[in-house]
Parts: sequence; C-alpha cells; structure tokens
Amino acid sequence: MRPEPAIESLRAQIEKIEGRSRRLKSVLPFGIADIDSRLPGGGLTLGALHEIAGGGNGAVDGAAAALFAAGVAARTRGKVLWVITRPDLFAPALAQAGLAPDRVIYVEAGNDKTVLACIEEGLRHGGLGAVVGEVARLDMTASRRLQLCAEGSGTIGIALRRWRRQTDASDFGQPTAAATRWRVSVMPSAALPVPGVGRHRWLLELIRARAGESADFEVEACDDSGRLALPAELVHRPASAEGWRRGASG
Amino acid sequence: MVLAVDAAAQAAGVRVGMPATKARVLVQGLIVQDHDAVGDVQSLDRLALWMLQRYAPIVAADPPDGLVIDSTGADHLHGGEEAMLAGLIDRLAASGVQARAAIADTWGAAHALARYAAKPALVAPAGHGSAVLAGLPLAALRLPADMIAALHVLGFERIGDLLAQPRAPLTLRFGPQLGRRIDQALGALSEPIDPIRPDELIQVKRNFAEPIGAAETIARYIGKLVVQLCAELEAKGLGAKRLDLICHRVDNRLQAVRVGTAMPVRDVKRLTRLLTDKIETIEPGFGIEILSLTATLAEPLSEKQTLTAMVDDGVPDVSDLVDTLINRVGERSLYRAAPIATEVPERSVRRIAPMAPDTGATWPGHWPRPSRLLASPEPIETMALLPDHPPVAFTWRGIRRRVRHADGPERIRGEWWRRDAELTAVRDYFRVEDDAGERYWIFRSGDGEDPNSGSQRWFLHGVFG
Repeated sequence: MRPEPAIESLRAQIEKIEGRSRRLKSVLPFGIADIDSRLPGGGLTLGALHEIAGGGNGAVDGAAAALFAAGVAARTRGKVLWVITRPDLFAPALAQAGLAPDRVIYVEAGNDKTVLACIEEGLRHGGLGAVVGEVARLDMTASRRLQLCAEGSGTIGIALRRWRRQTDASDFGQPTAAATRWRVSVMPSAALPVPGVGRHRWLLELIRARAGESADFEVEACDDSGRLALPAELVHRPASAEGWRRGASG
Repeated sequence: MVLAVDAAAQAAGVRVGMPATKARVLVQGLIVQDHDAVGDVQSLDRLALWMLQRYAPIVAADPPDGLVIDSTGADHLHGGEEAMLAGLIDRLAASGVQARAAIADTWGAAHALARYAAKPALVAPAGHGSAVLAGLPLAALRLPADMIAALHVLGFERIGDLLAQPRAPLTLRFGPQLGRRIDQALGALSEPIDPIRPDELIQVKRNFAEPIGAAETIARYIGKLVVQLCAELEAKGLGAKRLDLICHRVDNRLQAVRVGTAMPVRDVKRLTRLLTDKIETIEPGFGIEILSLTATLAEPLSEKQTLTAMVDDGVPDVSDLVDTLINRVGERSLYRAAPIATEVPERSVRRIAPMAPDTGATWPGHWPRPSRLLASPEPIETMALLPDHPPVAFTWRGIRRRVRHADGPERIRGEWWRRDAELTAVRDYFRVEDDAGERYWIFRSGDGEDPNSGSQRWFLHGVFG
C-alpha cells in the first residue's frame, strides 16, 4: 500500500481527537515486508488483542493456529502465559517454533469464562511477554475488556479461537474488539526433489485489521526462532536462506 | 484390654476389645505396649498442626482417634475435594499413618462415614441429607457405649431405624443427647469446630463492636489486618506462604478463606489483593464479629529474595501473577513443561512448578513434533506396503485420506527398564501429508516383521500445524 500523506494526516488528527497515543504503540513486525506493509504500524500491535483461528479442520484442532501464536509469542520478551482448556498441546512442538519451555507458563482452565478471566489477569499484570488463550466463544464485551487490559499494560494478547465442532466455527464471523483477526489454514508443503515432507506451508488470511485492509498470504511455517518466511518461488529466492534449512519443522 | 492392633496382629486373630492376656495366649511373642493416653493426644495435636499448615484453615482434633477439618474455601488449592482427600491419605500413608477420610456436609456425618463407610476415602454429594447415614451402625453417631448397648436391646441396629422413630419417647428414655447427635449429623443443629491455633503462628485479630457484612467493609479491614501482619512478619524476618482469614460470625459459625503463594511474600499490596479476590466466597450471614488473619505457613524471606533478584536479570517478576492465578484455578492447573530424556512422546513432557528455576533444557529438535498430541493414539485403517513404507492411504474418524508425501520411519523403542512388555516393543513413526495439505503423525505398532515387536496396527498420534 502506498503511503498517502493526506490520509495519514487525517488519521493523525483522528487519533488526536480519540485521545489515545496509538502512534506511540510499538509493534512486533513479522520481518516480511509483504505482510508488515499491510498491517497498520508495520506489524502486530503490542498492547492489543489479536484473534487467530484455524481454517478447515484447524478450527477444531487448532494445530497451525497454535504454532502461529507460538511464533508470535516467541518473538516477544519475557514469560508467556498460555491458557488452555484441553491438555493436547504438545510442548516440544512449541519449542521447535522457538518458544523455549522455560518461558511458557500453562494454565489449565476448565471453561471459557475462566479462560477469559485468566487472560485478563495476565494482560493486566504487564510483566509478561504475551498471553495466549484458547477460547471458543468471544463476544464483543469480553474482547473489549481484554483489549482495554492489553492497551493498559502493553502486553500482546492472543485469543486462539478453537471450537468443539466444525459447525461452531461460524462464530468467527461475529464482531469483536480485537485489533487483527487471522485465519491460518494448512496447505500442501513445498515439493521436495526427494521423497519426504517439505517445510510446512500455511495460508495466512488477515480477515480483519483495525485501520487496515484484509489480505491473504501464502507463507512457510515458523522456523525454530518463530519466524515465518515467504515461499521461495514467490520471491525467487528464500526470504531467509537459513530458515529454509533449519526449519523443516512444524 | 486390647485398644488397638496393627495389620499383622489382626491377621493373627487379635481383635480390639479382647483381654490382653487372651491376646498373649493367642499369639506367641506378641509385642504389647501400654496405652499412652497423653502421648496419643499430643501426637494427634501434632498431626492437626500438620494438616493446618498443608490443607485447611480450620482443623481440630476429634479425640480419641480422629481429626476434623473444615475444607470449605481450601480444597481449590488441592484440585478439588476428591483429589485433596486422595492426596491426604497418600501422604499420611507415606509417613506410616493409615487413615480413612470422608467429606460430608456436617461434622457428624463425616465422622460416621469416615469410620464406617470410607474405603479409604469417600466424598458424600453436597446436600446428601439422611440417605448416606441410614445404613450405618448406631456406633457411628458418637454416643456413649452404654446408650448404644441399651438401644441394641430395644432392637435398633442402624441409624435409619432411629430416624424412623418418633423423637419424644426416645428423648424421654435416653435424655437429650441422642436427639442432639442425630440433629448434628443431619445438619439441623450447628456444631462449630473450635480450630487449633498454636501459639507460635503469627496471628492478628480484630473484634468489631458492630458486626460487619458489606464486602467493602470486609475489604477495608482485611487491608488493615494485612498491614499489621506484615509488620509482625518483618520483625521476625519471615514471609507468608499460606494465609488464613477466619471470620467468626454472630451465629457462631466460622467462615475461612485460605490463600497460598508460590514463594514467601511480605508485600502488603499483594497479600491484600489475594485476600480481597476471595471476599465473594465469604457468606457474612447476620454479620461478622471477629476477623482473624494467620500466617499459617511462614518461611524466612531474605534468602529467597536475593535468589529471585539474581534470576530476574531484566525479565519482570511474575510470581504475583502466578499466585493470583493459583488461587483462582488451583495449584495443579498451573505448570511449566520440562523435558524428560525419553524417546516415547507421551512420556517426554513433565510438569514442573510455574516458579521453579529455569532448567534451560529443551527437547532434541531433529525430528519435527506435532503441535497437538492426542491423549491416546487412535487406531486408523490403512493401506500400507510392509515393512518400511508409510501407508498409501488411511482412514481416521471416518474420513479417508490419500497420503501424498511422507517422512520416516522414526523408530522408537520401548523402555525395557520400565516394564518387561516393552523389551521388544517398537513404534515406527511417519509424518504424512494428505492431498489437502493436512499433516498427521502416525505410527505402526511394531517393526512390520516381528510379531513380538507390536500388533502391526496403525495409529494416529498427533496433528501437525
């Protein structure tokens, strides 16, 4: 997106009227120009709530979405609070996405209400790098609370939407106060010249971004430091040559 | 007279109540010890103190052989009532005490169930009423022995027999105690527990001329009590690991709130926050007369503090958040993952305390691992070429998937040092990708040739992102 000075100055005026110093907010860039340029501020806003869901079967198992969240959390500093409802998250996979086991504190919460309360507590504390919570229902009121807590403390909050049944996933269309909303779906991996599974690929859909436009990206899954990459054939070369070799993992 | 026997003596035929001389004749070389009443009472008190520090704020000795615990407001720290009871019995067994325990709505009912129904633990459903008691013998009612004997003469055997009778003739004959015990067991009559308060615990207390009840008022006085308590803790160089707030209500009932912390704490703000989070669990009833705050478990603080400061190193301290969350969801629900050096995936993760020192260890990263691991591997239908090829297609949860790419096998051997059955067990793991790009972690139980190595059936164990 080309920067347009008139629109930029209008935005600045609106922010001044709103009284929030949004511009001062720091962001967490993905390090991929294509994605960062689509996001307001050039990355995921720290101190905001972001929503991630899986597409297809991922809406139920949330496997790719969890790794995407782990990749974001891995690139923050400090401990990460991960609130879960079902104990099927496999910690070694998070470690392979760059999130060291020493950094993650898991909370097993019985129901959505407790999950939301725990996320809120974590966001309000301010000493954490990121708070990730697996939650099925997230309405406007609840998400607004979380968003305000995140704004207050500057901690990035990630609502990992995960449903019990495929049909419940239509809930993802309901409006929430989250700053961005992503859908991560698995795609066939890159073909290798030898038998085997190549580096995992995802279709990353930015469904909604506050003060931004939606977009789709085809990316390669997190490497062992939580970074995504663009597939080589799209940019004519590996975005991070090293990542190609290290990160054939999922 | 024999008052108590151990398991070996019981097996040899010695019973409680038989004359000691008879027991000696029955068993050659029987070890007989004189009854030490004072010693029994003292050790019961010691056990009560141990319970107080670990389990619940209101504990009292129930002589001659029992303890009574009001677990309200404390079981959440131990993962619920069943888990707490099981853990309690296990820990007592580990220190050589055989115990039976029961949780019920009233002291009387719990007393009866623990002695006559628990094997070795029993949790009666809340609001159980008289149904759980009806089948128990009369001795469960805490009545004097001669009264029980007299009731037996009249033909009463079970508590249910008594409940069916009109109360007045019984009271006329046996006095008011019988009716009182029945009412106490059923909860019709209150029976306050007088909790033990050892002198060495740091305790602050506030009496109110007018009973208080509003949440804001309770919060204000909690704030004042915490300030006093912290001053006393500081004078002794201690930090609180467990705090009990006991509210004495005007109707002579006790309401207790217990909060725990992962590390000793002396911070007024933090402790106040932990306690005020729990105010909603207090039922003030007609009002609270006395608030007392006790540091049930205190540890020296200065040493720990330097340790955290060294570990910190720019990373903000989150122990207060951990405490808040533990008091919300329970200690077992908060953990960190740490690696175990094993190849079997489901055994490779152990849980450690959230504030345990960093291990720095991680899992070996040369084979990718799925982000979702199924609790138990699910059998799948496959079409596969034996022995070392991945399946061509498989059916999982009713959906058939064609395998486009596959990686493997990663051979994982059984841990023969755990069980003999695992000596020859083998699993061959494959990472497979279907047409839609969904990636799964499947394995064959066995090496494909040797029937000793496994059933040769295929299972799905995880989902990759």
